Amino acid sequence: MDAIPPITAGADARAPRPPRSLHRFANPGRFLRASGRVLPWLTAAAIAVLAVGLAWALALSPPDWQQGETVRIMYVHVPMAWLAMGGYLGLALASATALVWRHPLADLFARELSPVGAVVTALCLATGSLWGKPMWGTWWVWDARLTSVLVLFFLWLGHAALTRAFDEPDRGARAGAILALIGVVNLPIVKFSVDWWNTLHQPASVTRLGAPAMHVDMLYPLLVCALGFTLAFAAVVLARTRAAVMERRIRALELARARREDGGATP
Amino acid sequence: MTQHWAHVAVSYALAALAFGGLGLGAWMRHRAARRRLAVLDPRASAARDGSGGDGTA
Repeated sequence: MDAIPPITAGADARAPRPPRSLHRFANPGRFLRASGRVLPWLTAAAIAVLAVGLAWALALSPPDWQQGETVRIMYVHVPMAWLAMGGYLGLALASATALVWRHPLADLFARELSPVGAVVTALCLATGSLWGKPMWGTWWVWDARLTSVLVLFFLWLGHAALTRAFDEPDRGARAGAILALIGVVNLPIVKFSVDWWNTLHQPASVTRLGAPAMHVDMLYPLLVCALGFTLAFAAVVLARTRAAVMERRIRALELARARREDGGATP
Repeated sequence: MTQHWAHVAVSYALAALAFGGLGLGAWMRHRAARRRLAVLDPRASAARDGSGGDGTA
């Protein structure tokens, strides 16, 4: 038995019923047990895949005929860019789930996702700068791709700050969810900025309609690194969400204990 | 051409530090919460660890 407080009890009765699979994990006890089983495997898989992928990227993949060894930054930079955008899509989906179905874990998931998303977006920008300096001769240019990713970084930071800015967590979650949904408009701008505008940043070379414009000797380690970083990202977010569920339970128990003691002290 | 290994090394180091830091932070939060819960609600903690309970809220 896991008597984590009835977090769905205050949910709006007018809210549509969530799909059954989603509703099952509204029970924090069930979520903790299921995620507790998955997390060690997820972490082990992330470490194993990253070990293979990064060794492949650093030691076995060939240098680029133009960029030399600098191309190895791609194996970190590109997965961070994919995670920054894919993670934001996940944030928007969690926010929509929280707003429409009042799913309590979706709020917590979004709250724990945004700092991790901000970190991977910062990594994308930093590794892009480290790649840009030797290739372009500058750390930064205000071209459409770089600027739209910077906006994405501020959206992640804004969500993380907004959800923590209110005394009532529900109000913060709702404000953050609205911001996350508005910010989705930035995703196609990031993706298509290199097509819509003349940018210093190169166009897409992997995720394009035709075949990837990359030799398999570089493409395969890139995909392995992307998988490894995605597993690591998922493991970190899942671990943070588990911790947040337990911390909420602690707050509820401490509040109940304080009320009991207060009631006992009053004649 | 120079190979810019320093840029490559800093990129990988940043990624390792960031993910290592996030993972460590999550693990420490989780451990602290687990210990506090074990004090506040030992029965539910035991159920969550799989040593009993039916898991219903």
